[in-house]
Amino acid sequence: MKEKFTKGMARNIYYGGSVFFLLLFIGLTVDTVKRLPETDNRVELTDVVAKGKLVWEHNNCVGCHTLLGEGAYFAPELGNVYERFGNNTEAIKAFIKSRPVNGIPGRRSMPQFNLTEEDLEAVAHFLKYANGIKTHNWPPNKQG
Amino acid sequence: MKMKYESQSVAKLYFIAAISLFVGQILFGIILGLQYVWGDFLFPYIPFNIARMVHTNLLIVWLLFGFMGAAYYLVPEESQRELHSPKLAKILFWIFLVAGAVIVASYLLIPYAKLAEITGNEVFPTMGREFLEQPTIGKIGIVIVALGFLYNISMTVLSGRKTVINMVLLTGLLGLAVFFLFAFYVPDNLVLDKYFWWFVVHLWVEGVWELILASLLAFVLIKVTGVDREVIEKWLYIIVAMALITGILGTGHHFYFIGTASYWLWVGSVFSALEPIPFFMMTLFAFNVVNKRRRDHPNKVATLWALGTGVMSFLGAGVWGFLHTLAPVNYYTHGTQITAAHGHMAFYGAYVMVVLTIISYAMPKMRGREANPERAQVAEMWSFWLMTIAMVFITLFLTGAGILQVYLQRLTDTPMPFMVVQEKVQVFYWLREAAGLVFLIGLLVYLASFFIKDKQPSQT
Repeated sequence: MKEKFTKGMARNIYYGGSVFFLLLFIGLTVDTVKRLPETDNRVELTDVVAKGKLVWEHNNCVGCHTLLGEGAYFAPELGNVYERFGNNTEAIKAFIKSRPVNGIPGRRSMPQFNLTEEDLEAVAHFLKYANGIKTHNWPPNKQG
Repeated sequence: MKMKYESQSVAKLYFIAAISLFVGQILFGIILGLQYVWGDFLFPYIPFNIARMVHTNLLIVWLLFGFMGAAYYLVPEESQRELHSPKLAKILFWIFLVAGAVIVASYLLIPYAKLAEITGNEVFPTMGREFLEQPTIGKIGIVIVALGFLYNISMTVLSGRKTVINMVLLTGLLGLAVFFLFAFYVPDNLVLDKYFWWFVVHLWVEGVWELILASLLAFVLIKVTGVDREVIEKWLYIIVAMALITGILGTGHHFYFIGTASYWLWVGSVFSALEPIPFFMMTLFAFNVVNKRRRDHPNKVATLWALGTGVMSFLGAGVWGFLHTLAPVNYYTHGTQITAAHGHMAFYGAYVMVVLTIISYAMPKMRGREANPERAQVAEMWSFWLMTIAMVFITLFLTGAGILQVYLQRLTDTPMPFMVVQEKVQVFYWLREAAGLVFLIGLLVYLASFFIKDKQPSQT
């Protein structure tokens, strides 16, 4: 086997294989992006939602929470929090607003971010938008 | 000096920085582990999200220091010429170190939202995404350092002897820089954002970083075993071929539930299920080559690290990756402690260990000897076992927590809320923290091993 399988053949598999699969991946990416309107809930992607995404990012929410399963595993999944909170953006806002400044003794607690009313509204609508993305029915139930 | 080329010694700076930041990373890991069981520990001064950002960013930065140091050490020797510009390497070192320190300090001293405001993130938003939390200006700094580094390495490789090892390494480093550019693409559309975020994260760790890993491993194995280069290079080609053939489409295992087309459930499952193959080959490769060794290199501990990298990367990236990679399984495990378990052992087994392998091989040489004295090597071996076994247990405890979490929160007929489940799996978090402390002890032994001298004057 050693003589039959030469370094040249190994090299060809490396170059040929990587280029082939890279091109295939690029092709699938183009196709995926084209199909996104079917799943990505872009009808709800308003300026307020875009602003909400920025609020989400500026407060590093993903440092504790998951969103569609990605992020940190310290705090609940938020991709379906809108549904979990009874399809109610006001409930989301109320929760964020009510966090105690000094936390809860001995327990995990979300920091008080002192968001403005506008930011609260935006981030709540961002989470509502995220809830509308078609994710092959993930998470399995409303607990996230 | 035991090095073949004087300019290789610039690697020493990089390795010292890498190890120092590694210590910082582990300290923050201990803090995070404690916050899992003692929810308000350091709250509100260092909330979990900040500590986690420090933990993961330090990991990435110290591995990058390690990769750069490794390249500066390896490339002159493989290319059979001095480094294009040792001076540039030194300047970039200080820029990267200061920039890295400023970024990490700013995480700890300034509220993150304030940091975003100061650095004008609203104008060019790139912050607040997992692992890519650095302010935009910091990211631009990273790109500049990477460009200077690549220039230096490419000039050396292209005007010297081209070997499979330095060409594969160069390809890996180029890929690292190119895919990082996706960190600047942050669309408002969450699905698009997530899709291309993986172009940095997955195509790094399950793509081009594997090229860096395999070439570093091949280099050290040639040196410590004296096995024919032809044999090693053939292995290297086939390992990196399998890494990219499985890993590129394997990216699909991240696309299952973020709002993309359903064919990814199949493509991701099939190709990522094959991703353990290159890692298994790496294990076979390391053991095979060590068995066929033509010399007994006095640096025994470097050989141990090399073998360890093969085994642990296969376990962490291969086995623990496969565990939850199939779409029907991932439906239940996605975003749970199972992911955390896999992440810990994969990063340690593949990337931490390979950097420690090259440091173990190169550092004695840069300090003027073929290998460290026996007693120092024994201490380093202790640190190898302490850290590695501790990481195995961290992974097992997180897996335990994860299985329970999946059951209680997602599989049972009466799913419980996240926070209730977290209370129920506490015992695993306590055990994980204990294992984390053992890891820290291992790391301290590792640090000490650099300062242990022989009782007799050391053999040169």
